[in-house]
Amino acid sequence: MKIAITSTGNTLESTIDPRFGRCAYYVFYDTETKATEFIPNPNKDAEGGAGPASVQFVASKNVNKIISGEFGMKIKSLLDSLKIQMIVHKEQDKTIQEIIEMLNH
Amino acid sequence: MSPRIKMLRKVLNPPQINGFNPYGSKLGIESRESVNLFYEEYEALRLCDYDGYNHQEASAMMSVSRPTFTRIYASALRKIAKAFVEGKQITIKGGKVYFDSDWYQCHQCRCYFNNPEKDKSIESCPLCGNHQIEKFEYDNSTDENEDELMTELCKCPNCGFEQEHQAKTPCKQLVCKKCHTTFQRNES
Repeated sequence: MKIAITSTGNTLESTIDPRFGRCAYYVFYDTETKATEFIPNPNKDAEGGAGPASVQFVASKNVNKIISGEFGMKIKSLLDSLKIQMIVHKEQDKTIQEIIEMLNH
Repeated sequence: MSPRIKMLRKVLNPPQINGFNPYGSKLGIESRESVNLFYEEYEALRLCDYDGYNHQEASAMMSVSRPTFTRIYASALRKIAKAFVEGKQITIKGGKVYFDSDWYQCHQCRCYFNNPEKDKSIESCPLCGNHQIEKFEYDNSTDENEDELMTELCKCPNCGFEQEHQAKTPCKQLVCKKCHTTFQRNES
């Protein structure tokens, strides 16, 4: 199962990004192979519609879950129809490493 | 000028069927024409007449205004009446809607998550695997805003005395301890 996490940087020590559409990096974590992949967000500086464009980008990677600090109104309905689970994590000082450790409970 | 864009209507339970067929037409040939009932119209009918909510409550559930809800409901009734009288099929599809899912909160890591598949129930937190999860109600989400209000200050317009604002107590009902004038909301 693939999980996307929004990140502020491209290392495991980076913290979770509170925004979904305009986060700096997406971390794709595969629970089976334990592989992580950091991909910069192509819509970071988009004028508008960064959220829906990011949903398309993330969905094209076949993820089942997305972990972020917040999801906007437009995105919630899109992800609902794509049957992707949203996980809202409010603690912004959590690093990607810690999140991945939590996922391996 | 193009009309104003319609707000998305929230649908909690999509219908289990795609429509209705008439039978035993007196005209001999069964009409293949159909009336298209939108999802939001189905939802309005379900909330009002099946679940027994009033328009005010139902409009909040679909996150539209009360007048808009009444228009959706009236349109649903008109379409159904048309189908009944003219012996037409009813198809339920389309509409400006999104399907909302249930939200949960984990007691251990305090994260929120939704259940994208209605058929399966969620028993553990997808993040930390804890089994202590609770269904999250939207009403609770105002707690954060109240916390912010607590730290605001009520200011006396006469002598400038400030005291901490008490949530749910309007400043105008309080009196300054020093000069006994009524407080005003600090608008900074």
